[in-house]
Amino acid sequence: MYALTVENLSVAYDKKTVLENACLTVPQGHLAAIIGPNGAGKSTFLKAILNQLPNKVGKVEILGKVFEPKSLVVGYVPQRNAVDWDFPTNALDVVLMGRYGHTGLFKRPSKQDKIVARQALASVGMQDFAERSIGQLSGGQQQRVFLARALAQNADIYFLDEPFAGVDAATEKTIIDILKDLKAQGKSIFVVHHDLQTVKEYFDYTILLNKTILASGATEDVFTPEQLQKTYGGKLFMMQHV
Amino acid sequence: MLSGNLLWVLSGTMLLGIAAGITGTFSFLQKQSLVGDAAAHAALPGIALAFLITGQKELPFLMLGAGITSALSVYCIQWIVSFSKMKADAAIGLVLTVFFGVGVVFLTVVNRSPLGNQSGLNNFIFGKAATMTKADLMWLFISATIIILVSLFLYKEWKLLIFDPVYAKGIGLPIEALKATLTILIVMTIVTGIQAVGVILMSALLIIPAASAKLWTKKLSTMLILSAAIGGIAGITGTFISAIRTGLSTGPIIVLVAAAIFFISYFISPAGQISKYRRKIQFRKQGDVG
Repeated sequence: MYALTVENLSVAYDKKTVLENACLTVPQGHLAAIIGPNGAGKSTFLKAILNQLPNKVGKVEILGKVFEPKSLVVGYVPQRNAVDWDFPTNALDVVLMGRYGHTGLFKRPSKQDKIVARQALASVGMQDFAERSIGQLSGGQQQRVFLARALAQNADIYFLDEPFAGVDAATEKTIIDILKDLKAQGKSIFVVHHDLQTVKEYFDYTILLNKTILASGATEDVFTPEQLQKTYGGKLFMMQHV
Repeated sequence: MLSGNLLWVLSGTMLLGIAAGITGTFSFLQKQSLVGDAAAHAALPGIALAFLITGQKELPFLMLGAGITSALSVYCIQWIVSFSKMKADAAIGLVLTVFFGVGVVFLTVVNRSPLGNQSGLNNFIFGKAATMTKADLMWLFISATIIILVSLFLYKEWKLLIFDPVYAKGIGLPIEALKATLTILIVMTIVTGIQAVGVILMSALLIIPAASAKLWTKKLSTMLILSAAIGGIAGITGTFISAIRTGLSTGPIIVLVAAAIFFISYFISPAGQISKYRRKIQFRKQGDVG
């Protein structure tokens, strides 16, 4: 069974095609980077997989099943700027949102939910900030809270949209350690990533995307100058040495 | 001096203020405050139409009419924003003025009709709590109680919906239904408040308590309690002042009381100007020592 199967996925906004006939199969247990130039449709690709877009065609299967929101197997970490950090709530509350699917509609989070949420906060090194209001956290801390929320959900497969954008080095290290740990537990992780310098170090699997899937496979096979040239076109100057 | 009837009216407007403080907080955080303003103005044509059709000024009919045109205005705004290039602020301005304009035209028709002279529908523009009968108050109590209970019931879901709708959808929350329920409750709040506060100023009761509460706290639960309290105090104090000074409309006085609370909060709350100034001074002093 594959972690992710995508067949002929196409998405258009306002008649402008963002993704066209993307096809992809990824086995389970990989820490995979999704890379491509700005505007290549990486975030759209994630959202289409997570069934957030009404105007998509094609087939997506996650762990062999058509994605159903209510199955809690998928943990999603959106881009940090996707929410209003001025919202009146604290770090623990945000992580508790990761338990809502388990708690059920209209019920209050249980003691167990709170324990799990605190553990998740501790695992991203944020246990001392549980009661801190989210607006007072730094960008890196906010990103860690988002990751903790996905961890609290206890999913089998994770999708992260640019988790390293605008975070400090310590946070980047914390996040990548947690992702590697998840991989070691046999979970599958997909990360939209921008920093080509760290792809080889962080990820064992690479997916190249520009309007469609151009290549995917083990990082050492896919992350080659020729493939990158194909993905980024003339925009790539400094990657000659990879 | 506090006649039995006035006590009933006071508790009615207090309950209304509490309900508006709660739903207002959610719409404030959703950045939909102005949609509420349009929805309140759009209640006017519904009131006049309901009177023209039924020939009665029984509150349930008027509330139903108000609810229909009010909800229709929200739908129009959403429709314009999603199907044209027009921005939300322009769409809100357009819908608000058109609905209110139509309302004024209908109201003129009502006032010229033989029944209309004594209809008292003009009171719905600025609100007149003192004109409320026992039966009117019953409707207000029922409606406000439903609003408060449903809001408490959906607290956790609305919180996630407003903070992060994408994630909410991802874990299977019925976000369209939750959004619709929130809109319905806001329209219900407006409809409940129009007799006491009036269509023009009703949105102030949704916005000002929430905006004031936000200055005092960084926790949603506390914000809701504070906003409800501020709304309740504004409702009861405003009604009382307008009742002892007969001739004053209730709506403007309630809004002025709420505005006074906002003004005080703006200066003395933790997020307010005075503590900001203090922090600045302290920071400079530390700089001098260092």
